[in-house]
Amino acid sequence: MTNEELKKIANDIRIDIVKSIHAAGSGHPGGSLSSADILTALYFEVMNIDPENPEMKERDKFILSKGHANPALYAALAERGFFPKEELITLRKPGTKLQGHPNMHYVPGVEMSTGSLGQGLSVAVGMALANKMDNNPGRIYTLHGDGEIQEGMIWEAAMAAVHYKLDNLTAIVDWNGLQIDGKNDDVMKVAPIADKFAGFGWNAFECDGHDIEDIVIALKQAANVKDRPTVIIAKTVKGKGVSFMENEAGWHGKAPDDEQFEKAIKDLGGEM
Amino acid sequence: MADKMATREAYGKALCELGAKYDNLVVMDADLSGSTKTGEFKKVYPERFINMGIAEQDLYGAAAGLALSGKIVCASTFAMFAAGRAFEIIRNSIGYTGANVKICATHAGITVGEDGASHQTFEDIALMRTIPGMTVINPSDGVSAAKLIAQAVAMEGPAYIRLGRASVPITYSESDELEIGKGNLVREGKDVTIIATGIMVNEAIIAADMLSSENIDARVIDIHTIKPIDKDIIIKAAEETGAIVTAEEHSVIGGLGSAVSEVTSSCCPVKVGMVGQLDTFGESGSPEELKKKYHMTADDIVLKVREVLK
Repeated sequence: MTNEELKKIANDIRIDIVKSIHAAGSGHPGGSLSSADILTALYFEVMNIDPENPEMKERDKFILSKGHANPALYAALAERGFFPKEELITLRKPGTKLQGHPNMHYVPGVEMSTGSLGQGLSVAVGMALANKMDNNPGRIYTLHGDGEIQEGMIWEAAMAAVHYKLDNLTAIVDWNGLQIDGKNDDVMKVAPIADKFAGFGWNAFECDGHDIEDIVIALKQAANVKDRPTVIIAKTVKGKGVSFMENEAGWHGKAPDDEQFEKAIKDLGGEM
Repeated sequence: MADKMATREAYGKALCELGAKYDNLVVMDADLSGSTKTGEFKKVYPERFINMGIAEQDLYGAAAGLALSGKIVCASTFAMFAAGRAFEIIRNSIGYTGANVKICATHAGITVGEDGASHQTFEDIALMRTIPGMTVINPSDGVSAAKLIAQAVAMEGPAYIRLGRASVPITYSESDELEIGKGNLVREGKDVTIIATGIMVNEAIIAADMLSSENIDARVIDIHTIKPIDKDIIIKAAEETGAIVTAEEHSVIGGLGSAVSEVTSSCCPVKVGMVGQLDTFGESGSPEELKKKYHMTADDIVLKVREVLK
């Protein structure tokens, strides 16, 4: 795909994020919007997946370890053809497949049920170990919040991924600098993120988390690294694309009202 | 005197046999492979053994990932650190996903002995049985442990298997038929029923002998599967004997006693006396000394039977 086509998809994902959260009346727009370009790169350019055959044995797998960003994941999956886009507005409603945090048994393409932070990297370590045992070429990708890496379990998994030389594992940190109670720097400093992972033995580098070409290059580079896992620290803006949500921690976990919704869709050049 | 064996020893042996039967069986540990006996499997199948280091959360998270990739996973550490420390990972990454992980937790209960209170868990059955879809198994001896572990591995879905450190008498024979989810009638009786689990089954058998000299005819049931619990055998016992004493090497809060009471209270209310750890921490000592001090012996069962029959 061309970069312009990818940008259009990322923008459509952002529109779907805002629409589904508005329809739900609750949800997490900030961290969903910040991860839209990363998910576009993964689902439309990098990962070996087939919406017609979501259980394909040699597929790449993605774990949304920051499960609260699932409006972005659902939008990417629907856009990619895993389920009808019309279902997106059922987010968080009674009886929906689209639970407030992702359930792998309800939604085709969701590889792991997440929501409780910090667990996705360990699960990915297990999946990467299994693929090594089976000589399965499928790669494992994870996406983490920057606040999420305050969980100690992340560092247990970080140690194991290096110990077992899991070069089939790529972790991505959505580095928007904000968490529920404010800035990472004020709540619990996580920087320097790349240095921390590098200290554990990871191939670690930063990229622009809103430059899809840059993300794709980073992900492809990661796939060529031998004998160790890669972590990409993607610099992002929380709430990216919606003017009044950008860089506002207050938009971590609330839905826009009708007026805000209209403005958000206008910002994204979408239609109501 | 019957032969003795720790249920963890039976686990190590069973793993080696199961490794031959299932080429997708993977065994994991958190730096306790000598104690949990997963090291026996490692000797035979090193390529299917994974040590996660002293990191129990990661152990169970990675176990989920392997299981969701088609492996049957037996993941072991001490019960305190499996059910306790890793509870929420087990709940969300294994329970909620239905991952095919067998949490084979050793060194449960007071018979950990000298290591003392920090390592003696009395909470694990209570914690694990609240997780939807989790099968909870507590074998009483080496023979039943081997049989039930083999069935758990053959079954799809998560299970918690509670194993002990100390050598305990073998009470079953190879020909005994045991089935996950079915309580086992160890001894017929009409005056009272002793429902026991784990190493307390042997104490219950001794207690029943002692009671027979007082002309009390005690039925003994082994509830090796605490979840799903065998309601039928409990209801029948309540109706036919009119009184129950439960015996477990676990807190009386939330364990077997609670599970049995949940059944009887709605269907056939009878007195249920409970023998187990009484809402207190343990301490260092030999297993036998500690069983006496914390009232988890045949004598304690006899006293409790007299109490409920008053």
